[in-house]
Amino acid sequence: MRFNVLAMIGSVILQFLGAVGRLTLFTGQALRHCVTPKFYFRILGRQMLQIGYFSLPVIGLTAFFTGAVLALQIYIGGARFNAESLVSSIVVLGITRELGPVIGGLMVAGRVSAAMAAEIGPVRVTEQIDALTTLSTNPFKYLVAPRLIAGATMLPLLVLVADVIGVFGGFVVGTQKLGFNVGTYLQNTVDFLHADDVVSGLVKASIFGFLISLMGCYHGFMSRGGAQGVGRATTNAVVSASIMILCANYVITELFFAQ
Amino acid sequence: MTGQPKISLRGVHKHFGPKHVLRGIDLDVQRGQSLVVIGGSGTGKSVMLKCILGLIRPDTGEILIDGQDVTRLNNRDREATMNRMGMLFQGGALFDSLKVWENVAFGLIQGKSMARDKAREIAIAKLSQVGLPADVGELSPAELSGGMQKRVGLARAIATDPEIIFFDEPTTGLDPIMADVINDLILKCVKELGATTISITHDMASARKIADRVAMIHAGQILWHGLASDIDHSGNEYVDQFINGRAEGPIQMQVRKL
Repeated sequence: MRFNVLAMIGSVILQFLGAVGRLTLFTGQALRHCVTPKFYFRILGRQMLQIGYFSLPVIGLTAFFTGAVLALQIYIGGARFNAESLVSSIVVLGITRELGPVIGGLMVAGRVSAAMAAEIGPVRVTEQIDALTTLSTNPFKYLVAPRLIAGATMLPLLVLVADVIGVFGGFVVGTQKLGFNVGTYLQNTVDFLHADDVVSGLVKASIFGFLISLMGCYHGFMSRGGAQGVGRATTNAVVSASIMILCANYVITELFFAQ
Repeated sequence: MTGQPKISLRGVHKHFGPKHVLRGIDLDVQRGQSLVVIGGSGTGKSVMLKCILGLIRPDTGEILIDGQDVTRLNNRDREATMNRMGMLFQGGALFDSLKVWENVAFGLIQGKSMARDKAREIAIAKLSQVGLPADVGELSPAELSGGMQKRVGLARAIATDPEIIFFDEPTTGLDPIMADVINDLILKCVKELGATTISITHDMASARKIADRVAMIHAGQILWHGLASDIDHSGNEYVDQFINGRAEGPIQMQVRKL
């Protein structure tokens, strides 16, 4: 058979458009069910605990070391033009504006979106979603909406924690290893920080949290064909959530926070 | 026939892409009757059931329940219709994240907004109806054997006292004795509720036991429909081949899946 390049390009484009369409419809339906009754508060609570509380150790550790290494690198880089004194202010800006939300988002994406796809995938393949419908329960309201709401509300809180721990990591390295005065370091940290920096990070975090849950649910819902299909769904969920976080991060910064 | 049929299908067609699964199904089920639909794998049995349940929307045709076309209902009316139906899924489809009693009580708590305590009492009563002791209610579905899962699925299907119950291969994957236990339970529960039922199966022992009427589906159409007692002399060679389980006959199995 002749190898037809045009047909191949065509089929790839069609598949891509199909996927975009499916995701858009899924998102629209999910959003509609987030804001219309009825609400499953018990499940929402469980998801908030799952996403928020149980992600704390991961978030705390990554934030601490990120802040610490940031302080070291800025010190090294700053030394080239006698700007070592900027360490504290750059650490706090870097953490609150960028690294807190992005690294926090990526870590939670790895934990949560994979877990969601792995939870919802088997629900799909064993007909439990059909069973929900036959028991007069909308699967979107029951499975998807609580996860989306939990993601969008919990991630800002996690990032707030990450901000504090990240700055503390920089503080520990700055004062214990690089020899900054404790009082000066703290003074510089507070002086250079605007409310905007923190708020912009939290807005981003909320959007990232939504994307993480959306990808977990979407890939779980779309999984087909037994354990292998579920495995593929978890991988796709993590990869696509991570990519979407990084893309959305640029777009949000460009549109709203880059003056 | 007397009165209006409880469920009736008129010219139901369904495509999935190029696959024409249902090719004009016409079927009536009278109130209180037990219809068993037999047919090979991939002939459209499950799709037909899901169309009646409203999980799949047919392309054309009407599905009437008590004379009302359910294919064109809005969400609210559809939910109300769902409340009158129960379904036992092939694999049980129990929710693994919930305890057994929560599974059974699910339709009561979520669908009918009943208080948890009251729903729990009913769930335990339904469990005992299918021969399971109350302490099973505290287990998670993964801790149960296949037969027990089926029984819990049955308890869940009858928990809301539905008017119509669907059974999707209720005895598949069970040993013959447990299969017969399930058949007996189905007969007993259906009789107590006075429900109308449609079952799909390819287990002929089960079909003979629970059916009032039998319909044979092949290639998306009803080939034969009659009393269960007439099945051995239906005069239809497709039915004969199926109930006797012969490889040779008018039905040729596609070795490659459709």
